Amino acid sequence: MPTIQWTSNTITVAGTELHVQRGGTGTPILLLHRDIGTLESLPFYDALAQRHDVIIPHHPGYGKSPRPEWVGSTRDIATLHRALLGQLGVKDATLVGLGFGGWIGAEMATYAPYDTSKIVLLNPMGVKPPNGDILDQALISYIEYVQAGFHDAAVFDRIFGARPSSEQLIAWDICREMSFRVAWRPYMYNDSLPHLLRGVQAKALILASEHDQVVPRSAATLYAAQLPNARLQIVANAGHLAELEQPAALADIITSFIAA
Amino acid sequence: MHLMYFTEQPMKDYPQDAGNDIGFTSLLMSNKHFNPVDGSRLYNEFLENYVYAEEMGVDGIMLNEHHNAPFCMQAKANIFASLLAGMTKRVKIVLLGNPLPLNDNPVRLAEELAMIDMISKGRLVSGFVRGGGQEQLATNANPAHNRERFQEAHDLIVKAWTVPGPHRWEGKHYHQRVVNPWALPLQQPHPRIWIPGVISQETVIWAARHGYPYICLNTSIEDTKKIWARYDQTAAEVGYTPGSEHRGYLIRCHVAETEEKALETARQYLWMDGEFTGRLKPVWASPSGYFSPSSRQNFVEFVAGQSASPSRPRKTFEQQIDDMQIVAGTPEQVVKNLRIIMRETRPGIMAFWGNEGRMTQADARTSIRLLGQEVMPALRETAKELDLKCPFEANMPVSRAYAEAARATAAE
Repeated sequence: MPTIQWTSNTITVAGTELHVQRGGTGTPILLLHRDIGTLESLPFYDALAQRHDVIIPHHPGYGKSPRPEWVGSTRDIATLHRALLGQLGVKDATLVGLGFGGWIGAEMATYAPYDTSKIVLLNPMGVKPPNGDILDQALISYIEYVQAGFHDAAVFDRIFGARPSSEQLIAWDICREMSFRVAWRPYMYNDSLPHLLRGVQAKALILASEHDQVVPRSAATLYAAQLPNARLQIVANAGHLAELEQPAALADIITSFIAA
Repeated sequence: MHLMYFTEQPMKDYPQDAGNDIGFTSLLMSNKHFNPVDGSRLYNEFLENYVYAEEMGVDGIMLNEHHNAPFCMQAKANIFASLLAGMTKRVKIVLLGNPLPLNDNPVRLAEELAMIDMISKGRLVSGFVRGGGQEQLATNANPAHNRERFQEAHDLIVKAWTVPGPHRWEGKHYHQRVVNPWALPLQQPHPRIWIPGVISQETVIWAARHGYPYICLNTSIEDTKKIWARYDQTAAEVGYTPGSEHRGYLIRCHVAETEEKALETARQYLWMDGEFTGRLKPVWASPSGYFSPSSRQNFVEFVAGQSASPSRPRKTFEQQIDDMQIVAGTPEQVVKNLRIIMRETRPGIMAFWGNEGRMTQADARTSIRLLGQEVMPALRETAKELDLKCPFEANMPVSRAYAEAARATAAE
């Protein structure tokens, strides 16, 4: 597998600075990261970048993108990412959203329901699960919340260490504060989204991890039911953070879907 | 000198084993362990004790509120304040305070407080707080907006009290079509506002900028001096010199007929591992966005269980007695220690956290009697010697803004 050369840039969109990583060649993917932010480099990103031009903006207020005081909803974030794609001159990117990022991807698709060809949402938040609730990170520590995303606890230790560094804790705290700013009440969903999804013309792949303890399966099922051109697929042997537990398998599923 | 009585109103009859089994006594501890029969009896005992404290000679009753935990039964400070407005005759009713960010409608608060002030014939002191971390979770108030909501709600309440309505409020967090409450405070321009807190420097600076007395909540003498240094520095920057009337101090203080009895009973101050706010998971005390970004590293390590609380270092009972963060003994012994605190920190307001935990009603009342009848008279003499004046004695303006407005009017 060739090594991917990733670039990092600060791009100002609508007066707001976004940190953007980009690597690989091929059809474009806008990769929308999670509420816990993202590590700079992941085997999953490298695998996607073998076949795609992968663009990973840090959401405003997350990771290396500074927090704009005015951003108060995931719709604000989705709008900035739409503007980012326009500014970069990227046409018809496949939107790939992970968990919380899946919610942002869904919001982006509802804004331009005829202008998005393909979306992939992995264990997406953003809708009120018909059964169960989205795990409330406010009641548990950063470490417990991320651990809840793994089916195999050993993978957490391998990636973050048994005792995560203060730098990592601070990064998670900054992300969590921003998540509270955009999704405190109701927690992690938008009541109008299921209705708006019905107008989205994109081909949609909804992925649900076999062992997701963070977002109930019923949320993925609801997405698949509301989106007119969607199918639901299960990712085996993975918790909520499937891109960390099954990076190669997940990248294959997504690449095959885009190629089809 | 203003001398007040305070209790957290502990739900002392909750089953302690239940807390030991789950390892915490707050937020998520099931209210199936709350027995309303005990609750009813305890609320009435607290009321009796407040009335008794007035009879014994205290100057004020300090009230507060917390949620979802046995350490404090007051879920709404204004309810006890309303009761005391009718049941007492002389004492100041000192709310320290209403947690502003937890309220979605500050105009309702302004109305309630105005009613309490009128019913009590002008005895209300209306303190405001941000509310603890877990209070945000208990009431679903966004911790990331805590400080902004505190400041905006304060501004709206003061405007509702002082600017004739109707007017409109379109703020960031609060939006009111019509601000025009037909209930206004008896005290003019408005009831005094005192701000309690610990070491949060933003709050100290905010209080100093407004010229509001700051009440240190049982901080060590050393930390108290640091707080005053910051307060004084801020005051100097905005152009005034604070005095004892700007300084308050809450101390856990239990008095009994013998030293042995007082020390034994005072151990109840540490009834929940010494946590003021019950035993809790650190993440509940410090939700993201709630604490100062300047202390982020300390707090995230605390939340992750990697370090002790940055705001409340753990100390043994003996250490706290030695440091005089708990004062317990006979009236003479207590007066001796309190005089040291008064000399060292020069407060014009002192609050005595008289009973806590599983102290019996008899012990609580003995302490109230000895505090009111023996300790407080001695402290008043000391206050005269040290020239410690409370805001009422100093007749200080209710705020810097009002002082400046009054000066401008006089100049015209």
